[in-house]
Amino acid sequence: MAEIAFARPESLRDVSFHYCPGCHHGIIHRLVAEVIDELKVRDRTVGVVPVGCSVLAYDYFNFDCQEAAHGRAPAVATGVKRVHPDNVVFTYQGDGDLASIGCAEIVHAAARGEKITTVFVNNAIYGMTGGQMAPTSLPDQVTTTSPYGRKVDLVGMPIKVCEMLATLDGAKYIARVAVNNPANMAKAKAAIKKAFEIQLSGLGFAIVEVLSTCPTNWGMSPLEAVTWMEKNMMPYYPLGVFKTPEGVAK
Amino acid sequence: MAEKILMKGNEAIGEAAVVAGCRHYFGYPITPQSELIEYMAKRLPQVNGVFLQAESEVAAINMVYGAAGAGARVMTSSSSPGISLKQEGISYIAGAELPCVIVNMARGGPGLGSIQPGQCDYFQATKGGGHGDYRNIVLVPNSVQELVDCTVLAFELADKYRNPVMILGDGALGQMMEPVAFPDKAAEAPAKPWASTGLKGRKEPNVINSLHIQAPDLEKHNYHLQMKYKTIKDNERRSEEYRTEDAELVLVAYGITSRVAQSAVDMARAVGLKVGLFRPITAWPFPYEELGRLAKTARGFLAVELSAGQMVEDVRLSVTGAKPVYYYGRTGGMICSPKEVFGIVKKIMLGEEDK
Repeated sequence: MAEIAFARPESLRDVSFHYCPGCHHGIIHRLVAEVIDELKVRDRTVGVVPVGCSVLAYDYFNFDCQEAAHGRAPAVATGVKRVHPDNVVFTYQGDGDLASIGCAEIVHAAARGEKITTVFVNNAIYGMTGGQMAPTSLPDQVTTTSPYGRKVDLVGMPIKVCEMLATLDGAKYIARVAVNNPANMAKAKAAIKKAFEIQLSGLGFAIVEVLSTCPTNWGMSPLEAVTWMEKNMMPYYPLGVFKTPEGVAK
Repeated sequence: MAEKILMKGNEAIGEAAVVAGCRHYFGYPITPQSELIEYMAKRLPQVNGVFLQAESEVAAINMVYGAAGAGARVMTSSSSPGISLKQEGISYIAGAELPCVIVNMARGGPGLGSIQPGQCDYFQATKGGGHGDYRNIVLVPNSVQELVDCTVLAFELADKYRNPVMILGDGALGQMMEPVAFPDKAAEAPAKPWASTGLKGRKEPNVINSLHIQAPDLEKHNYHLQMKYKTIKDNERRSEEYRTEDAELVLVAYGITSRVAQSAVDMARAVGLKVGLFRPITAWPFPYEELGRLAKTARGFLAVELSAGQMVEDVRLSVTGAKPVYYYGRTGGMICSPKEVFGIVKKIMLGEEDK
């Protein structure tokens, strides 16, 4: 008897992604879709998608979605969740969206303990607008708006979102993962699932930061980009669970 | 219709919203409308509704976007500087065709301006405010009772046209107390099969969106919006006239200023001057045709407003050069007195006032 070992999740439409070669959005979309399928909540899920490279995520997810303005996804998700508390509501946001223009919205959604889940994709650069400096760009990282490298004495150090949000009581689950290899992909999926389970149990806000590559705007091949991420991003943005409902991780 | 009770304008709007079936309110405090957010904080939990004080006006209007997209009758309120912050969200709400009610109890501007009443947000309210080709339906009541009636109407129009509706009041209307009666209820909200409620057995996902990344698609969407706006223009113009039958000079004023102007009309009539008042109740769609008809009989028009001259442009468009249009206004939060307006009326009637 043949057994299907690998199939397209029901929560993912049968269309091709528009993402650049080597970009991790496709993998992360799939992990989110698999989790929603496994939790059997597709019928009551509302995704809130961002401005940025994943602006068209509603073309890929096979459930209800709302498109939010830049940075405002947590506020939009709050509105949806407060109208339908039984819906499973998540935001999918990039680092420009979440850590820069939408910093207030994510901080206050977390502080309120808003019962939503956030998938935060950090590739240390603005992708869609063509590779400008993000709040998460690393020191000395060259971008189109930091052509001499990010000068920390002028623009400060990158924001560590997980560490920052972990100080807020309303945030119940905070983890940073990466999808650079199969082992980490499995860990990333487990973290995303946990973040949705936190919402389903009504405990409060949950966020999973996913380190991601941007080969196009980093000016690298997909393989070089993975190596660059491992060598440069992971030391500054350590992977791990920062907070669980039981408390802040030691 | 129940018996009349004495109520403050801002609070009356809140109760009218509850009567209209609004169970979700997202806002941020600002003078002179804070009594409304305070009223909702107290009242909505009593009817199993949701009150949430957002971290900013920007967040509040985006919560409204989410709630409206999820199918709720939802409201927010603010005053001038706060409404400026909401403009981003209002543009998205208009683009995504979501119904919601936005209250602006306006104050003097620009910038922080003052906390006294103003009508200097007229352009912002009626000509767009945010980016893109869009319109809000704008209601401009002139009494506490009309604040109630317009609030109920606002929810009905928002749902009917899937469009944001703004109640443009001012600090004076929000703060004044008058006897009001509430209707028993508003028209039921229509079914919203387009809302993002979760699939719940529906086959095709619903997407709430204002993005049309292909230019021809966006143009098609904009043509659709413009057709909708034309329908609104054809069907929803509202205005009121006072002693205009034989008026040689027609005062045009809305909101709090229309009450001052009406007193000035009475003062003029008392000394035999043929003066009347035309009062828009919808600032968008502006009652161009109704006001334009008066150009056949009147010799001139005088726009009176608490701005440096904003509505006067719509008065000129109504009259299309047929008759002289005069402007008189105060700014900064100052309210003109009936005597002051009567003085201008006398000058115009004697031919001493410049256009």
